[in-house]
Amino acid sequence: MKDFFKKLPEQAVRVVVVFLVLAVVVFVIRQFIIPPEMKEPALQRASSEEREAAKEIHYAGAQSCVQCHDKEPEIKKSGYHRDLACESCHGAAQKHVDNPTDVKPTSPKKRDYCAYCHKYNFSRPTGFPQINPDMHNPRKPCISCHNPHNPKPPTTPRSCNACHAQIERAKAASYHALITCTVCHTAPEKHKISPRTVIPTKPDKREFCGKCHDKASPRKGVPTVDMATHGEKYVCWQCHYPHTLGGI
Amino acid sequence: MERRDFLKHLCWVITSGGILGGLSADAWAKMLNKDYDTTKHYYGMGIDIDKCIGCGRCMQACKTENDVPAVPFYFRTWVERYVIRTDRTVSVNTINMESDELGDVLAEKDVLRSFFVPKLCNQCDHPPCVQVCPVGATFKTDDGVILVDSKRCIGCRYCIQACPYGARYLHPKTRVADKCTFCYHRLVRGLLPVCVEVCPKQARIFGDMKSIASPLGRFTRMNKIHVLKPSLNTDPKVYYANLDGEVN
Repeated sequence: MKDFFKKLPEQAVRVVVVFLVLAVVVFVIRQFIIPPEMKEPALQRASSEEREAAKEIHYAGAQSCVQCHDKEPEIKKSGYHRDLACESCHGAAQKHVDNPTDVKPTSPKKRDYCAYCHKYNFSRPTGFPQINPDMHNPRKPCISCHNPHNPKPPTTPRSCNACHAQIERAKAASYHALITCTVCHTAPEKHKISPRTVIPTKPDKREFCGKCHDKASPRKGVPTVDMATHGEKYVCWQCHYPHTLGGI
Repeated sequence: MERRDFLKHLCWVITSGGILGGLSADAWAKMLNKDYDTTKHYYGMGIDIDKCIGCGRCMQACKTENDVPAVPFYFRTWVERYVIRTDRTVSVNTINMESDELGDVLAEKDVLRSFFVPKLCNQCDHPPCVQVCPVGATFKTDDGVILVDSKRCIGCRYCIQACPYGARYLHPKTRVADKCTFCYHRLVRGLLPVCVEVCPKQARIFGDMKSIASPLGRFTRMNKIHVLKPSLNTDPKVYYANLDGEVN
């Protein structure tokens, strides 16, 4: 064997040595220096998932809040804000959970925070409580009248226009200006306290409008139609909006 | 060293390296995530258009939770406001949390219908972004979330181009692609994604599609569901209820 090596020309030995060294270097780099997750896609994903999972959380979640606070969640439970997470208003609170005494979560007290949700915007779903901040007690902080943990009107409204001012204004300019709301709508007393669950009635029969507008029983100065032939299948307010000027 | 010994050692090193390498793929992956089993979950999100009030709390919370640059333009989730005018022209704007003005320049009587559409990464079942990534930095996890490996991403923006929903952006600090992860770091801790957590109207519903009892299961049973751009066969896992035909 030794003779074989001696017989080899020196150049060949050098080349072999160089290749051997290269091979060892490549092997060492591949096996020990390149981190395993760079070679194996499954590992790469796992380490990436791991890094993603290890990220710090900022919002603690409502379950954390109720572990220490019991008064506010108890009030909130039965109010309109019952489905709101604490952190929707109070902001990210994980730091407060970690260190309850030194770090306090924010508590929005200005009008513009409530306006994020409650400022009037025609894109918002119908029936969502909205106000015009310029008209609704301007400059007064919302929390001076409404408890944010149980928001409801501070006093039971006396007249319909406390909430339905837009309809009231439109009606005032219409032919129906002198007819009070209660002539056509019966509002149960409870509607003032829980407006969503107890809803006032609307005229559901053609005959109701016919009391004034039927040709058969005309009143002075009131436009009349022949109820038998005019739009027979429909309730009147499906075509005529009774609150607006002209009523069409 | 004897040649025989050298060869012996060499053999030993090679075989042990092979064993280590063979072990790694699966064993390592399992060792990294101990408590959380990715194969037991498959996440999706439901969005009820009729409930969204466009308050932007989800956008704000997402930025805080995921360290998204605060300037408008970089979003992991955003809310679009659709206004369809009586002349059937459609305008779409991403709502801006900083200015309280929602761009109400048009008279309400010119509006046919209007609503908000929250958007985010659709976590497609057949994600185009994963397909185009030249380095395999973006991938789908077993629980159905599309993640970006920030260490592997080279910031070439192919995925940003490829995403039909515009859900990705190049993070200005890290210079790699960034996107919604369904708050992966919260999921593994058993928390909800932060946009779902803070939504005041429960317009966003999150759940596990492997569990029939999850809120998402109920949501998809009780509503008529639509996804964005179904013709692209991306199979989104963000399900919309009450989606208008104008939304794309």
